[in-house]
Amino acid sequence: MWPDQIHAELAAAKVRFVGYVPDAGHKRLIELCQADNAMRTVVLSTEEEGIGLAAGAWLGGERTVLLMQSSGVGNVVNVLGTVKECRFPLVSIVTMRGEEGEFNPWQVPMGQATRAVLEAMGTVVHRPASAEEIAPAVNAALRLAYHSYASVAVLIPQRVIGIKSFQEQANQ
Amino acid sequence: MSLHRREVVASLLKGRKDLLVIAGLGSTAWDITAAGDSPLNFPLWGAMGQAAMTGLGLALAQPQRRVLVITGDGEMLMGLGSLATIGVQQPRNLGIVVIDNESYGETGMQATHTAGGVDLAGVARACGLRACSHEKILHEAGPAFAVVKVLAEKIPLVLPPREGALLKARFRRALLGPQADLT
Repeated sequence: MWPDQIHAELAAAKVRFVGYVPDAGHKRLIELCQADNAMRTVVLSTEEEGIGLAAGAWLGGERTVLLMQSSGVGNVVNVLGTVKECRFPLVSIVTMRGEEGEFNPWQVPMGQATRAVLEAMGTVVHRPASAEEIAPAVNAALRLAYHSYASVAVLIPQRVIGIKSFQEQANQ
Repeated sequence: MSLHRREVVASLLKGRKDLLVIAGLGSTAWDITAAGDSPLNFPLWGAMGQAAMTGLGLALAQPQRRVLVITGDGEMLMGLGSLATIGVQQPRNLGIVVIDNESYGETGMQATHTAGGVDLAGVARACGLRACSHEKILHEAGPAFAVVKVLAEKIPLVLPPREGALLKARFRRALLGPQADLT
C-alpha cells in the first residue's frame, strides 16, 4: 500500500518529526509514523504551525515532514515565504480534495487552487498520477528538499485516495 | 507597568552561555539584538505567529539544550493555537517569554487584545504550560511561560542581519559545528 511505502521512504531518509493535521487520506500513514519509535509525531492546531516546527527542528539539525489536506495549503501561504527566504528544506505530503469526484463543494475552490498557491510561493510541486508513482515521488521530494534546501510538496490525487462520499469518509 | 523592555530582555540574556534564543518579529527581534547579537539568536523577520512553534521544533530537536522564545503580545496572539500544541508535547527545555506592551509596536501602537483584558498566561496555563515569573523562566521545568508587562515606548531600532538564509546558516553552524554546512 502507498502509505506503507511513504513511511518506508521517510524512515530511510531519517525523518525525525512528522507534523500533521489529520486527513482521512493520511490515516494509515499517521498510524505508521506514530508506531515508529524513531519518529515523533506532532499534532498541530493548524497547518501553519508545521512550518514553524520544521524550521525550528532544522535549526536544531533534524528533518521534519508535514502531512496535510489540500485545504491546509491555504493556511500556510504567508509562512512559505519564510521557508523560501531562509532556504529551509521542507517536504509536505498533501492529500487532495476538491478534484476528481469531490462530494463537498466547499472543498473545490482550495483544492483547485492548491498547486497554483504552492508554486506562487516558491514550492516545487510533484503530482504522482497513480498509486505506484507516489513512493518514487516522495523519494524524489526528500532528495530535492534536503540536498537542495528546497520546499517540495507531493500532491496525492483524490482519485488514488478513492473516498467517494461523506459516509465512506466517516467509515475510515 | 513600569519596566523597560530592553532592560528586561538584557537581564534574561545576561550570562546566557549556550542558551538558544528565538525572537518574534519586530520589537523583540530588536531587543535580543540590543542585548548582544549572537549566532545562537534566530530573530524572525516574518512568519508572524510562529515564534513559539519554531522554539518547539528546536527544543524537540535539541533536548539537551535550553531554548528560550522571546516574543511580543501581538505575535503570540497570532499563534495562540501553538500553546495547545506545545502543551501536548510538553518539552521540558522550552521557555516562552512574552514582552507585553499591549500594543502593535511596529505599526503605530494600536492596542492588542492584552490591552482589552486577554490573559495570555491564563491561556498558557489552561493549555498545560507552567506559568511563572520571567525571572524564573530559565530555571523552571518547561514548557514554561511568562508574561512581562512593559512600558509602551518608542525606542531606537537595533537591527540584526536581515538575510534569512544567513541567519539560518550561522545558527546551525554555531550549534552543530562545521558539519552543519555539509548536511
